[in-house]
Amino acid sequence: MNLFIASVQRDLLVHFRHPSEVLNPLIFFVVVISLFPLGIGPEPGQLKEIAPGIVWVAALLATLMSMDSMFRSDFEDGSLEQVVLSEQSTFIFVLAKVASHWLLSGLPLVLLMPLAALLLFLDEAGIWALTLSLLLVSPTLSLLGGIGAALTVGLPRGGLLVTILVMPLYVPVLVLATAMVQAAEAGSETIGYIYWLLAILFGAVCLAPIATAAAVNVATDQ
Amino acid sequence: MVIQMLQVRNARCERDGRQLFEDLSFSLAPGELLQVVGGNGSGKSTLLRALLGLYTDCQGDINWSLDEAPLYLGHRLGIKQSLTVIENLRWFGVLREAPVSQDRIDEAVYKLGLTGFEDSLCAHLSEGQRKRVALGQFLIMDNPCWVMDEPFSAIDADGLSFLMAILQEHLDVNGGIVISTHQPITIDRPINTLALQ
Repeated sequence: MNLFIASVQRDLLVHFRHPSEVLNPLIFFVVVISLFPLGIGPEPGQLKEIAPGIVWVAALLATLMSMDSMFRSDFEDGSLEQVVLSEQSTFIFVLAKVASHWLLSGLPLVLLMPLAALLLFLDEAGIWALTLSLLLVSPTLSLLGGIGAALTVGLPRGGLLVTILVMPLYVPVLVLATAMVQAAEAGSETIGYIYWLLAILFGAVCLAPIATAAAVNVATDQ
Repeated sequence: MVIQMLQVRNARCERDGRQLFEDLSFSLAPGELLQVVGGNGSGKSTLLRALLGLYTDCQGDINWSLDEAPLYLGHRLGIKQSLTVIENLRWFGVLREAPVSQDRIDEAVYKLGLTGFEDSLCAHLSEGQRKRVALGQFLIMDNPCWVMDEPFSAIDADGLSFLMAILQEHLDVNGGIVISTHQPITIDRPINTLALQ
């Protein structure tokens, strides 16, 4: 537990001192969203219909942008092998890395979501559903992305490879999340989707760090 | 009979089709220093990493009988550039679950010659100073065994004599040290040498 808290604090401190890595994906997200009304034309009806898809794809891409760096600096400066070497649990360390990744990339996206939804003329129910779905899904994105990040950390340029590895894992949550927003807009029940997303999140919390920790061990074995 | 800290039998390692070492057997007892020597590319770093379990593609028995994992200084120092000297030292303590008091850290900073740099980011330090920060882990904790890969590179003459002193101190309290270096080690203790071809 000590390691978890110390590790999250350390990551927040590092990114607080170098905020560009955190800010770039957020700016990217806002820019992509704001380009759609310009490109498609500002008719509320049309925008509203495609809004859940646009917002979700932009959020996924923004998350993937920050994914590659999750373990990279720790690997390059030797911190990662010091963790493996110590008798601390790599599982806890990996979980802490994922938690700080979520705090720095997932949570800000959730907070930006209502703004993005307003740009695309979503109504109140849609905004709430969109924000809630991202809140439920963004930790899953960080958890699953961690596997890809750890697998590619030993490669000089893993960026695109992370995307290819992780994208198929993102598809089910993407499908469920956009379906949830569309259901909310149509005024139907969304609780079923919420249960599904929660189930996936809990599954990911339990299983993804095991895979990530194993990948970290492989990456430092050289 | 002395209980060995480390016992290695018939270690063998091949890397990229080249035989780095084979039939390597040695041991390390408390209070002993083992110097691994050999030319560039002779497998010193690989051997040290294999001892620690950081490189697993080696055959042979490597047995540690220690309560705490050895401390390791490698080519990658484990120092975060955007953290200060103190923050980096504290992180070493967190990793090893060692309660590190402020006094101990202050003392280490003083001994390392980093006084006045406590709150400097490691990105702003020189190569030698960063190495000194990484060496700080050996001063703030009491693990019985140290594994050091080229600890003298980038270190100046003052630092060198200071390093010899801490090696001596560690051996005096029955610690064990495995070290790889090209520098002669000047301590008044017998040194076991392991030469790799």
